[in-house]
Amino acid sequence: MKYFAKKCVALIITLFLISVATFLLFQVVPGDPVLLIVGTEDVSPERVEQIREQFGLNDGLVTRYFNFVKGIFSGDLGTSYVYRSPVAELIKDKLLVTLMLALISVIIIVLVAFPLGIMWARVTNKYIEAACNVFTQISMSIPSFFIGILVIYIFSIILNVFVAGRYVSYDEDLLGFISYLIFPAIAISLPKIAMVARFLRNAMLDEMNKDYVRTAYSKGCSKNRVMYLHVLRNALIPVLTFMGVIVAEAVAGSIVVEQVFGVPGIGRLLISSISNRDYPVVQILILYMAAAVIIIYFILDVVYRIVDPRIRRNQ
Amino acid sequence: MKRKNAYLISGGIIIAAFLILIIVSIFYTPYDPVQNSYGERLLAPSAKHLMGTDKFGRDVFSRVMMGLKTTALVGTLVVFIGGGIGTVIGALTGYFGGIVDEIIMKINDAINGFPSVLLALVFISVFGMGRANVIAALSVVFIPSFARIVRSEYIKLRERDYVKSARLMGASHIRIIFAHIFPNIIPTLIGAFTVGFNNAVLAESGLSYLGLGVVPPDASLGMMLSEYQSRLSSAPWCVLFPGIVIVLLILGFSLFAEGIRKEYNV
Repeated sequence: MKYFAKKCVALIITLFLISVATFLLFQVVPGDPVLLIVGTEDVSPERVEQIREQFGLNDGLVTRYFNFVKGIFSGDLGTSYVYRSPVAELIKDKLLVTLMLALISVIIIVLVAFPLGIMWARVTNKYIEAACNVFTQISMSIPSFFIGILVIYIFSIILNVFVAGRYVSYDEDLLGFISYLIFPAIAISLPKIAMVARFLRNAMLDEMNKDYVRTAYSKGCSKNRVMYLHVLRNALIPVLTFMGVIVAEAVAGSIVVEQVFGVPGIGRLLISSISNRDYPVVQILILYMAAAVIIIYFILDVVYRIVDPRIRRNQ
Repeated sequence: MKRKNAYLISGGIIIAAFLILIIVSIFYTPYDPVQNSYGERLLAPSAKHLMGTDKFGRDVFSRVMMGLKTTALVGTLVVFIGGGIGTVIGALTGYFGGIVDEIIMKINDAINGFPSVLLALVFISVFGMGRANVIAALSVVFIPSFARIVRSEYIKLRERDYVKSARLMGASHIRIIFAHIFPNIIPTLIGAFTVGFNNAVLAESGLSYLGLGVVPPDASLGMMLSEYQSRLSSAPWCVLFPGIVIVLLILGFSLFAEGIRKEYNV
């Protein structure tokens, strides 16, 4: 419990530091924000002053940081330079789309990578082993956006299973929405499946050479019992840590893959906001993603302790 | 007889082929990669145009050669700048240890936890696009991973007997770090640089695909993919060939890295 409290404090401090870092980062951006807001319009000095006031650019650095943080908690995330509408409104439904995409990707990764890794660790056939090796080596070499393009080419153009670019909104047709997202999710998860399967397999092979496995066999445990109750349980511990990285990468991977499939999520908004230099939006999105990564690691850290009693006892 | 290392050989062959292609592309491309030729628009691959032509009649193979040059240049520079700085940081912190080491490693871990694409995007959004900025962004992003690898090697090696005897003989710390310990971590470093090159190529082509990487007149393979994606059904060769080239490039380097790992047991 004491450990948990300590971790929570660390989490809050980290989140605070991240918010300061993101805030400061976008203060050093070259160029006057007013120019970004008005674009090529010819404006009077009074109008410039009015804009500065409206976007809160006249306040001091510290005041602006506190307004920024206060806004995050009260739901006022600032105003987009480009769309001139509240950032909160812009990202509201996009957030859900990206979360759903990341969730489906992670589910696919777990469902495929774990059985694959276990099968790969157990298999003795030279050819199956080589096939797994080739499959994982190649899928780790394909950039996610090219996998996306290949998925579109195979499933949309050759097989006609779905229409690329015809995105279905979730409030319109939930089932259609999920089945559209499955294809980008495949693109995100394929390289990650290869990594996790490889990692799990190596972890299991390491465990299989340990003394306790020999002991378990000599006590008369069946192969399945040894594999699933002893080896897998111990091999899962390093894999769990690795999954943190994978989930974070899946969130980041959606930035690129959303673009390929025309999914209107956070990633697409981020890219267009960066191109348009719409900093209020970029700032919030990056803060959200960074916070998401940190929270994922935090949750895994807690789960890790539940799975591995040795860590608990050492405290 | 020692079993031949299939990874090392196949990876080496692919890398060598790419090297030749890149060197040739500096002096010669089969067609002018930027010259439009309206008589030869969207031709399918043939003996004349190995990878077909695009909607402006430009030879895709020549454009791939041009893009490959940029991609390889970015990857190489990122690995040498980011890897170089990371190696020095890792060597010093690993060798000396202490409070500075702990602080730097905490920062390192924090940066390392974030997906590299996200970090690169942050950098690009603040400093803008273009080839030089992409190289700078990715170099910074990759420093921590190199520092971490090198640091752990130095921690492992700094208590070795040969280091102790060098110290007894009066060798300076700098000499021990770079002349005595450094040669022992070269195999690890080659592996790390190879993997780093791959990650840099992946990141660069991702950024360029998103339109946030290199800007015209520079061309990179990622940029070609986004440019041609809308032609996927009518002229798939424009998209598939540049993509396959990226895959082969990365595959070659990852096979090579795997081979190094097996060869030296690192």
